[in-house]
Amino acid sequence: MTNQEPILKVENLTKIFISGLINIVTVSAVSDVSFTIDEGEVVSLVGESGSGKSTTANIILKLMPPTSGQVFLQGKDIFSIRKRTDFYKKVQVVFQDPYASFNLVYKIDRVLYNAFNLRKGSFSKHEKKEIIIETLSKIGLNADEVLGRYPHQLSGGQLQRFLLARVLIIKPILLIADEPTSMIDASSRAGILNLLEELRKDENFSVLFITHDIAQAQYISTKVCVMKNGEIVETGLNETVFGHPQHPYTQALLDSVPDLHSRWEL
Amino acid sequence: MSKNLLIVEDLRGYYTGAFQVYGVDGVTFNMSEGEILGLAGESGCGKSTLAELISGAPRPLLLYESGRVQVHEYDIYQIDEELLRTEVKCKIMSYVPQASMESLNPVKRIIDFIMDVVRERTRKKPSKKEIINLAAEHFTRVGLDKDVLKRYPHELSGGMKQRAVIAISTLWNPSLLIIDEPTSALDVTSQKQMIKMLYDLKKEQIIKSILFVSHDIASLRQLCDRCLIMYCGVVVETGKMDDIINEPLHPYTQGLVSSIVSFNPDGTRPAVLRSIPGDQPDLRNPPPGCRFHPRCLQAMTHCKKFEPPMLQLPDKKDHDVKCWLFKK
Repeated sequence: MTNQEPILKVENLTKIFISGLINIVTVSAVSDVSFTIDEGEVVSLVGESGSGKSTTANIILKLMPPTSGQVFLQGKDIFSIRKRTDFYKKVQVVFQDPYASFNLVYKIDRVLYNAFNLRKGSFSKHEKKEIIIETLSKIGLNADEVLGRYPHQLSGGQLQRFLLARVLIIKPILLIADEPTSMIDASSRAGILNLLEELRKDENFSVLFITHDIAQAQYISTKVCVMKNGEIVETGLNETVFGHPQHPYTQALLDSVPDLHSRWEL
Repeated sequence: MSKNLLIVEDLRGYYTGAFQVYGVDGVTFNMSEGEILGLAGESGCGKSTLAELISGAPRPLLLYESGRVQVHEYDIYQIDEELLRTEVKCKIMSYVPQASMESLNPVKRIIDFIMDVVRERTRKKPSKKEIINLAAEHFTRVGLDKDVLKRYPHELSGGMKQRAVIAISTLWNPSLLIIDEPTSALDVTSQKQMIKMLYDLKKEQIIKSILFVSHDIASLRQLCDRCLIMYCGVVVETGKMDDIINEPLHPYTQGLVSSIVSFNPDGTRPAVLRSIPGDQPDLRNPPPGCRFHPRCLQAMTHCKKFEPPMLQLPDKKDHDVKCWLFKK
């Protein structure tokens, strides 16, 4: 792995938000964040609300420019990639709220058909349909049940799976999952996480998994970055960070996570 | 067994509109004094609806249909509304709804808000000094400074507002505190403080019992003695918290418990979890028979036609389950 270029390399990323005209208030949402994601890795960004996890993700997705710092995708500065489609062929995202990811006016099929614009090669309509049906069966959705429906007719879990199907059609090298399960029922949540892990193994893409739920981060990730007030306070392998936390903040954080199989001494 | 504090019998409530949606469809349980009872279930299963109906203050569009809710000697849907408002609410039973921190008045200082509450509940007009004396003690008990009384809600953090609301709702030391998802809007570190605070309130005998509504079973586990599991408007299993987690009986509870992503403090990665196939049914048109049968792997033909009764198990004390599998 040493001579191989990491999939994603984030270097000294900083984002400062400025608001106000006369009384200017500055908030540094992300300050001096650096980490790398290698091929096939699942890296979790863990932190409480307001710690800058989603801002980091938005910068990596080129949804907002950083104040300073650089992001390299396979060694190439992402802000030098001019053509948007070139970038989004390689980096894809699943957001928190599945309902907000769909246009309510259109049938959900449109999302999958449009996804072919970001896939290499040209396909006839018939080929597209075949690929879609095959992909949907891979993620455990019955094509007859979901195709031709509108977003409000499906549950959050189904829509989130559907968005994963879209990712599979595009075949990116990096998937950014920003709290993908927080709006899904507890009983379906494990299914989505298992599916994500399975697909990652089959398709061999890397994942940046953003969550406030420490249990989920432990369940899915290989590497963990703990964020606090815009900074990464601790980073390391899953077993090391969660088994032997070094930073006092990580220790306090892990100490507060309720465990299903034991009680706190209150 | 100590005396019953809360008796709920065959309670039904529905939302009106184009359809009648039964959010709570025949729920029966008892709660004894000194008990912390958990109410767990997924979103949309009716747990908040149940809490609202028990509180006697269902929001518009939610209507009480039938059943009995008895708190101490008061049958809250039979007594006069004025009596309910001045004698039962806040004094015997307090209800802290979900996102209750938003219920503070944004244009009033906390102390003025408390004045309003006291005036409304007692129909007396106490002086500001009396209120400060009364409230300051409660505020320090929940870990808030006395100065907070003079602040506006926007000057407080989410956790502080939540504490303030809990302090206000326990001003008269009610026997029962119904608290709906107190931890879900908070960060993990504040969640632990919140659970510790509830525990301390009970330890200091400010409140005697808690009905703790939450979707987060790992949090419930830290506090509750007993637990109700709700699915699709009905209670499917009740039992001691430890029994529910260690030996769940109802297929739904089994699926739910085995699908919870739980943190392992020793650093080993958790085993692969299973999830329940399918989705929750539409409450407008619940499935006949057992409501869980379309997703149940052990469903029999009997389950599809007849609704199972709540069964008391002879070999397990205090562990009831609503499932045909246990009918001998």
